Amino acid sequence: DHHERKRKKESREVHERSHKARKMIGLKAKLYHKQRHAEKIQMKKTIKMHEQRKSKQKDDDKTPEGAVPAYLLDREGQSRAKVLSNMIKQKRKEKAGKWEVPLPKVRAQGETEVLKVIRTGKRQKKAWKRMVTKVCFVGDGFTRKPPKYERFIRPMGLRFKKAHVTHPELKATFCLPILGVKKNPSSSLYTTLGVITKGTVIEVNVSELGLVTQGGKVIWGKYAQVTNNPENDGCINAVLLV
Amino acid sequence: WKAALAAEAAGDVDVERVLIQLQDETGEVLGSPFDVPLDISPDKLQLVCNALLQKEEPVPYLFFVKDAEVVSSLGSCVQELGLETEQVLPVVYQPQAVFRVRAVARCTSSLEGHTEAVISVAFSPTGKYLASGSGDTTVRFWDLSTETPHHTARGHTHWVLSIAWSPDGKKLASGCKNSQIFLWDPITGSQIGKTLTGHTKWITWLCWEPLHLNPECRYLASTSKDCSIRIWDTVLGRCDKILTSHTQSVTCVKWGGDGLLYTSSQDRTVKVWRAKDGVQCRTLQGHAHWVNTLALSTDYVLRTGAFEPATATINPQDLTGSCMCQHLQMNNYYTLLGEGHERLVSGSDDFTMFLWNPAEEKKPVARLTGHQALVNEVLFSPDTRLIASASFDKSIKIWDGKTGKYLTSLRGHVGPVYQVAWSADSRLLVSGSSDSTLKVWDIKKGKLNADLPGHADEIFAVDWSPDGQRVASGGKDKCLRM
Repeated sequence: DHHERKRKKESREVHERSHKARKMIGLKAKLYHKQRHAEKIQMKKTIKMHEQRKSKQKDDDKTPEGAVPAYLLDREGQSRAKVLSNMIKQKRKEKAGKWEVPLPKVRAQGETEVLKVIRTGKRQKKAWKRMVTKVCFVGDGFTRKPPKYERFIRPMGLRFKKAHVTHPELKATFCLPILGVKKNPSSSLYTTLGVITKGTVIEVNVSELGLVTQGGKVIWGKYAQVTNNPENDGCINAVLLV
Repeated sequence: WKAALAAEAAGDVDVERVLIQLQDETGEVLGSPFDVPLDISPDKLQLVCNALLQKEEPVPYLFFVKDAEVVSSLGSCVQELGLETEQVLPVVYQPQAVFRVRAVARCTSSLEGHTEAVISVAFSPTGKYLASGSGDTTVRFWDLSTETPHHTARGHTHWVLSIAWSPDGKKLASGCKNSQIFLWDPITGSQIGKTLTGHTKWITWLCWEPLHLNPECRYLASTSKDCSIRIWDTVLGRCDKILTSHTQSVTCVKWGGDGLLYTSSQDRTVKVWRAKDGVQCRTLQGHAHWVNTLALSTDYVLRTGAFEPATATINPQDLTGSCMCQHLQMNNYYTLLGEGHERLVSGSDDFTMFLWNPAEEKKPVARLTGHQALVNEVLFSPDTRLIASASFDKSIKIWDGKTGKYLTSLRGHVGPVYQVAWSADSRLLVSGSSDSTLKVWDIKKGKLNADLPGHADEIFAVDWSPDGQRVASGGKDKCLRM
């Protein structure tokens, strides 16, 4: 009666395991519970899978949409939706590619970092004035506003006229006069003020380099991107954007 | 007529005269050489021809001098070709269809009813019934005199991929994506006999045995993606023969008039089988990619059977009398065939087509290149003189039916051209494309005759009724337009 005994032993095993799990204590119990928990999860998963298979058959009866004639069946043509998304992707790439700069991402400078609050008034209570703590560029014909009404103070010590610009291919550096600040990545306010921080795109006078266009005209202005923190170094280092 | 010509000649003495010899297309000469003035027009040549052939009713002819058509006068043709007028000029005459099909110009009705895209459309051989198969698993029969739905045949469990009318117009076979074939009766819309099962993958094409080989219309050939071809006995409702030899999906099957079956497949070959015992005769190789479609020169005659388009009336009639039908069909078939054999054109994904003489030899007659994208459908014109090929490169090309020489391109579509259909007199061609328009082309001018917009989405199936009165088209927008 080997088979009978075997069958009965196997069916008793379940109860014995359950009894063991309840009665065990200590570290041994912890390990055993962990093992049993994992087994139970697996079993639950398989049961769910079996159940899913039963319910899936019902869906198969419905005829799928998108009927095509026999000559189109084996062809996987791009559906119109896919084509549209391709177009959108291309447009995005084009837009992104407009400003390909050596430093694509820089740390954004907050207002507290760049502008220092200046207190004024008889009791030093008014706090509407700000002083720029970073290097800035002001144009040639710059005249301060009347000091009493000046909101943004750009100290003369932090005003620079020249930048050390490196040509990426020639690997030579030139000291070129700055023509203007094109874009400060942190904020458009800084662009209008002329604040130069790391990553700012500035326009420099390159007539010294002697570049000429195909039509024979002399190039005298080019963009360059600042690569150092000028307020720490005392000079503006930039890379020419060719 | 000789006297008339002489009188003309006497009138203007200055006009040059030339000796011509009338020949028919196969080279047989008609009468003896005679001389005519150089400025003779095609109409007068027609009179001469009719008189020589002694026909009771005058038949219109086209005249060709060395493959160049005589349009205005013989003289201009000779001048263009630079031929000598001293020698005898051979002039080939080609009879045209006596009846003339008018171009379809407007949409008479839009038949709704299908709940999914319409995949296949077919007129019965007499043009009396219209059947359409669709993605909603039904086959619908439409009443043509009132242009309303007639019957809805339900039974399929998946998309109805292909439909085929029996040559006597009494049965319709339809195959679906679940590899089942049903037979329907167009009058009652109910199923005839048993469902034919046996294929393991979807049915790609159905083709009946021609009427003159068997007037009962008993045998049906079906091809499927499971690489086999089955010949079914529709009376007993079981599979008669299974032809396996292809290694990939079989895309098209045509039953030829001399008992040969032609099948094309995605394994780049076209195979020729003997229908009686199912033995493979030949394998035609040459294509470099999937072979999508086949066309036989006698396709139209085998489809329309004993129906004579010239006797068409506004109210199409049923075919009666099977014996007479068989004789008529045989007559039509053999007159069309003439001296030569059936020709076969196969269109493929490798952008080219081959013109074969499958009953004779393994080598192709010509390779038709020129398309810039895969060829989806090829069709011989009903008079077998022209071949039209529709391709995914948005153009339709017309080729000569005997030699495979390129004739002209029809451009106008802005999307891949899916299907074409010839009018019964071979003068007009209608094409449907994925840009949701149908275009009617005038073959003689090589230009667009009419543009038929109106469908909302891609057009999957087009058919011209054999009596030339209607064109039916169906597509993704679930509606059938007449």
